[in-house]
Amino acid sequence: MRSYAETGCPALEVVNLSVGFDRINILEGLSFEVAHGSALAIIGPNGAGKSVLAKALIGALPYAGTIQWEANTKIGYVPQKLDVERDLPITGSDFLRAKAAVVRASQADITNALRLVGLKIESVGKPIGALSGGQFQRLLVAAALIGHPTALLLDEPTAGVDEPGQDTLNETTERLRKERGLTILFISHDLSVVYQHATNVLCLSRGHTCFGAPKSILTPELLAELYGAPVAYHVHNDLRP
Amino acid sequence: MAPQWPTTFTMTFDPNAIALSIGAGAAAGLVGCFAVMRRMTLAADAISHIALPGIGLAILLRVHPILGGVAALLGGTLLVWGIENRTRLATETIIGVVFSTALAVGSLITSGDELIAALFGGVGHLTSLEATLGLVLSLGVVVFVVWQRHRLVLALVSPEIAHTTGINVRRLNLFFLLVFALTIALGLRYLGVLLVGSLVIIPAATAKRLAQSLRGMLVISVAASIASTTLGTWLSLALHQAPGSMVVIVAAGFFLLSLLRRSSN
Repeated sequence: MRSYAETGCPALEVVNLSVGFDRINILEGLSFEVAHGSALAIIGPNGAGKSVLAKALIGALPYAGTIQWEANTKIGYVPQKLDVERDLPITGSDFLRAKAAVVRASQADITNALRLVGLKIESVGKPIGALSGGQFQRLLVAAALIGHPTALLLDEPTAGVDEPGQDTLNETTERLRKERGLTILFISHDLSVVYQHATNVLCLSRGHTCFGAPKSILTPELLAELYGAPVAYHVHNDLRP
Repeated sequence: MAPQWPTTFTMTFDPNAIALSIGAGAAAGLVGCFAVMRRMTLAADAISHIALPGIGLAILLRVHPILGGVAALLGGTLLVWGIENRTRLATETIIGVVFSTALAVGSLITSGDELIAALFGGVGHLTSLEATLGLVLSLGVVVFVVWQRHRLVLALVSPEIAHTTGINVRRLNLFFLLVFALTIALGLRYLGVLLVGSLVIIPAATAKRLAQSLRGMLVISVAASIASTTLGTWLSLALHQAPGSMVVIVAAGFFLLSLLRRSSN
């Protein structure tokens, strides 16, 4: 795996980024870098522009400023909870096959992605509207993993997933980061997960932006300023310094 | 001799008409699946009305009416897509405005029997050239949907996921709308402006109720669509009725049957 120091350029460089709608800027003058193989957590209260940032990063929204992904970056993207019609006759398999066909991946890639997220092949034979919230989120993560992405951009990937499922998904992305050198960007409201898995934290709030290691960002004072109220989170004993 | 828009429906068996009804049925069945899943059911009806001023103008200019209808449909589709991309208006709003205007203009420049025929269709006698052109266009529509089905599925579930795989979602939407307009054009002479949208929507709606997978939906929709056009044509000959009305009634019959099947489950 090439390190940031070896390549001389980060996996992602964002300079003076502004995104707005109807002449109102949701994000303004945002700059940060993400190193290869690191995990950036994006946190902030609802409406702070986290999902807007994610969509701008994949180029799905117009923006001002610079977003520079390293050459040949392949992004696996998991959007925030999707509203899918319950009676849509598209199965999980249809969806995964569609992704595999477009990115020219094999059936083995689909099987491997399902194994990584802990989804059974029988589950993906159902229409996607009939899957449970947790199964659907795992399906989205599996789809993101198809095609050998070099970066994963996950917008609340564990929303609606039960606790064991959340652990599986978090451990999977952490393992992929360590073993395959994937760069991970994830949006999360779970500060314990952020503390545990993030290399750096980018916090967004109206009029306030901060960036740094979890230990320096996740302080009671900064969190209270960010969320406007005291915020508690749990840190596992084995992670304490 | 100037080309004619048929003002009476056919009463004799015409192999060309049957061949075209099968081709148009297959195309409508496939396009309809994605139109229904993309919640474009009302758009299908509205877009078909855009053909009317083109038909009227073509009759005035003594050009083949179908060519006028196709030109108006493709032009109207580009207009809707262009306004959608330059404003933040909802697609339904734009289609509503364009369709009402088209209907108003169309009814001014088309009159009498020609207007009735344009609204409700009728086969008349199809020349071999007309049938061949229709079959080639049908084949083009079928190839597009089968070839692009994976991209259409991704864009349907999440345009953002589609975008990250390199799909130009805006361009895909434009191509789909143009293919949709061509499919409407294929059934125009047969079903008329008012009924042609039904052939795209009703078989696909039937398939959506019965299918459990994409492949299932595509197969059921095509089968229901072709069965509607062929059975509807046969009934129109047997009962001396307009083929457009019979085709839509048969399609609606299949939809009602699908409701029974679902409730028996």
